[in-house]
Amino acid sequence: MSFGRTAFRTLGGPRELGAWLGPEEWQAIALSLKVAFWATALSLPLGIWVAHLLARPPFPGQQILNGLVHLPLILPPVVTGYFLLILFGRQGPVGQFLETYFGLVLAFRWTGAVLATSVMAFPLLVRAIRLGFETVDPRLHAAASTLGAAPASVFLSVTLPMILPHILTGAILAFAKALGEFGATITFVSNIPGQTQTLPSAIYTFLQVPGGEAAAVRLVVVSIVLAVGALALSEVLTRRARARIEPSDAQA
Amino acid sequence: MLRLEAQQTFGPFRMDVEISAPRGTTALFGRSGSGKTTLVNIVAGLLRPDVGRVVLDDTVLTDTQRGIFCSPHKRRLGYVFQDARLFPHLSVRKNLLYGQRYAPPDAKPLDLMQITELLDIGDLLDRRPAGLSGGERQRVAIGRAILSAPRMLLMDEPLASLDNDRKSELLPFLERLRDNSDVPILYVSHSLAEIARLATTIAVIDNGHVSFSGPAAQVLSNPRAVHALGVRETGSILPATVVAHHPTDRLTELATSAGPVFLPQVTHAPGTVLQLRIAARDIILSKTRPTDISALNVLPATITEIHPGAGPGAAVGLMVGKSRIVARITRRSVAQMALEPGQSVYAVLKSTALAAGDEIQAPPALSL
Repeated sequence: MSFGRTAFRTLGGPRELGAWLGPEEWQAIALSLKVAFWATALSLPLGIWVAHLLARPPFPGQQILNGLVHLPLILPPVVTGYFLLILFGRQGPVGQFLETYFGLVLAFRWTGAVLATSVMAFPLLVRAIRLGFETVDPRLHAAASTLGAAPASVFLSVTLPMILPHILTGAILAFAKALGEFGATITFVSNIPGQTQTLPSAIYTFLQVPGGEAAAVRLVVVSIVLAVGALALSEVLTRRARARIEPSDAQA
Repeated sequence: MLRLEAQQTFGPFRMDVEISAPRGTTALFGRSGSGKTTLVNIVAGLLRPDVGRVVLDDTVLTDTQRGIFCSPHKRRLGYVFQDARLFPHLSVRKNLLYGQRYAPPDAKPLDLMQITELLDIGDLLDRRPAGLSGGERQRVAIGRAILSAPRMLLMDEPLASLDNDRKSELLPFLERLRDNSDVPILYVSHSLAEIARLATTIAVIDNGHVSFSGPAAQVLSNPRAVHALGVRETGSILPATVVAHHPTDRLTELATSAGPVFLPQVTHAPGTVLQLRIAARDIILSKTRPTDISALNVLPATITEIHPGAGPGAAVGLMVGKSRIVARITRRSVAQMALEPGQSVYAVLKSTALAAGDEIQAPPALSL
């Protein structure tokens, strides 16, 4: 009951939005947005490439690649985070390599949160884009090649523009997933305010401390708004991009 | 000049052809499943033959023995597919110009406006393919192929997906294209009517092999080709010059090398040479000049060849003036009339239709 009352009071206040959220809450939101942005931006090119590979006619190893991409969707996120820690931690083989040669440390840094959320969001990204590749009629590729376009040109001038709606959908889904990822992130980079405390970690923390409910509820509201907003944006963009391609298939 | 040699095996189906396509329009004729599309795909480089050679002018595009294979995008062959295959995400204008950016700089640039005028698609430029009718799409596809400045145009059943009205709407555009451009055309079709109007050279593909090939008029008037061309549709070409119009009975008089012929009135000016297409089954043979008969067109002819078919029919090759045509009658008639090569007979033409070279729609076949 007290939770409900707190929520009502919190939302009903006439204060400015800036004052509505405490500095720690702002920090968590800003960090989450930054992490989600970089996670989406960095995994997008790789996601397009992997989706392309998976949509192609079967080749040896395709099923293994497919399984690997989808693993984070099935595994408990904590397990994924644990694997990241083993591989990319400062003692891990990849982590050591990155630190020695590039001076890059991922564990317990916000950059590690980018990696963790990327891995977790990757299956969603790939699935959406792969669907796009599968809808493109390969006969259009043949047509483009007889008109003089080399394979790379065909990809850039025919395939990519045609699957743009799917890329947008995939990117927005991945962004939303990255905003909300909790298990793998907290396992890999912990929950350090101002450094690795993302939106869900902050909600979790506020719920653990006495009197933190109000802050938690405010962040819950922000999460819902961001998630619903992303979903709506994806829907609008997809529809608009699709309408450009097929404004009803009616033949005169 | 395109030269194609290909051997290809698909399970039990074996294909072994040699085809030469000189300048002009070369038609590959054959029933569905005779392997015509496979041949075009081999020419376009969309398919590698088991064994084969494709040579255009003096460029070797494919040679399996020497291990030469030129990628489709480097061949510069404009391909018009049966299903148009316009890019759905581009406007008609961008579709038309798609191939131009990949054309080599030394290619003769073609004028968009000239082509859109030829194909009558100027009003469609800002529309998207999804909103076009089947005939409009196919015209845009043809324009797109030409504007890529190809060395040859490949057309695979460009009219097959259209209904009869659209077909007759599109045929004049194809004729204009043939007459106004020096790009040779390889035209695949299973419709003899289309081929008779468009082709200058014909290769008949039968069960994976070329059964007849040569100049269109020759193949169409070859009695032995009647079966391969289709007994019902086969017909030969008779050139005729418009002499006069007779408005009172709505007929046009034309002169052939064997005598006058009357047609339902056409719009062409006197002096115009038209190609009359005479269906083999619409010719009646008579040993004496028939009088008191409703048919207006009776031409003296000499039998050159009699070729009995497998069924009840026989194909009779005729020399009519300077032209060869073929008539299809029953074997019983051949026996009863004791017809034999060298004999003089009269060919009674039940109906005629205009063929290649005319800009008007072929008038309905009418018994005259």
